[in-house]
Amino acid sequence: MTDCLVVAGRSFGSRLLVGTGKYRDFAQTRAAVEASGAQIITVAIRRTNIGQKPGEPSLLEVLPPSKYTYLPNTAGCYNAADAVRTLRLARELLDGHDLVKLEVLGDPHTLYPNMPETLKAAQQLVKEGFKVMVYCSDDPIQAQMLEAAGCVAVMPLASLIGSGMGILNPWNLQLVIDKVKVPVLVDAGVGTASDAAIAMELGCDGVLMNTAIAAARDPVLMAKAMRKALEAGREAFLAGRMPKKLYCAAPSSPTEGTISPSQSKAA
Amino acid sequence: MIVSMIRVTVNGDAQRFDGPLDVAGLLARLDCKGKKVAVERNGEIVPRSAHGSTLLADGDRLELVVAVGGG
Repeated sequence: MTDCLVVAGRSFGSRLLVGTGKYRDFAQTRAAVEASGAQIITVAIRRTNIGQKPGEPSLLEVLPPSKYTYLPNTAGCYNAADAVRTLRLARELLDGHDLVKLEVLGDPHTLYPNMPETLKAAQQLVKEGFKVMVYCSDDPIQAQMLEAAGCVAVMPLASLIGSGMGILNPWNLQLVIDKVKVPVLVDAGVGTASDAAIAMELGCDGVLMNTAIAAARDPVLMAKAMRKALEAGREAFLAGRMPKKLYCAAPSSPTEGTISPSQSKAA
Repeated sequence: MIVSMIRVTVNGDAQRFDGPLDVAGLLARLDCKGKKVAVERNGEIVPRSAHGSTLLADGDRLELVVAVGGG
């Protein structure tokens, strides 16, 4: 595999990162993650016995960190201090694991990122040795600030978390991709396979999604579709698409030698 | 033998235990023994290697966390 996603010096054959929330049960979580081909999976950090059924195996047993690269997140944090505390706990929980997903939310209604707090948390986490992949707005200047702060990847939203609205502002994503050197991953907003393909065709380095798979009627099948969409979009980007022309397209078949020459001349 | 009662807050809930009690002992009493949890005491991480040597004090605030499904 030569075309790898490289984050913080680590290479990954899959450019699809998936969340592990909102599934019916652990069996479905595991089946969907496997079908997606993802190597990096996000997890949340929560108080014991919250979000867990008694007697249920832990996520760590179902999706072992020996097989997947965990990306603990700070979902539910609304300020820098809470996000930093959460990731310190994650690092302790995961035996010193330092690759993390920072997200500091602005409000519970939109889940839009609070960028000043996100930047503050990023600076602190980098200082403490974390490798920070950061959920952010699609503002190219803010993305550059996060890169300057030492984040290993910037992850702008394509549309609101859990909305499935797709790529609302491809132009801003393009600006972010052009402006930063670290990998750019779309995080949030993807609803179906074509959205993921569009993100990759724009030149994104990867896509992170959860709800698009978990909330599909058949999550395992959607995970498979997403895997193909990422691959197709990436290859299309690498191949370099033809220029768009509204008019005057040249036909793909020869113009000469048709059985009705007069018509072909007229056309 | 005089057993001192200690009051600690675990994951937001006020609880009382017979002291002395260390973090490892607390995890055992909460049925978390063997389970992979991370512990924060008064805002500071208690490394796993220090669970057996970190004594709880009256008024401590503890957070016990695990990894769960999330996006």
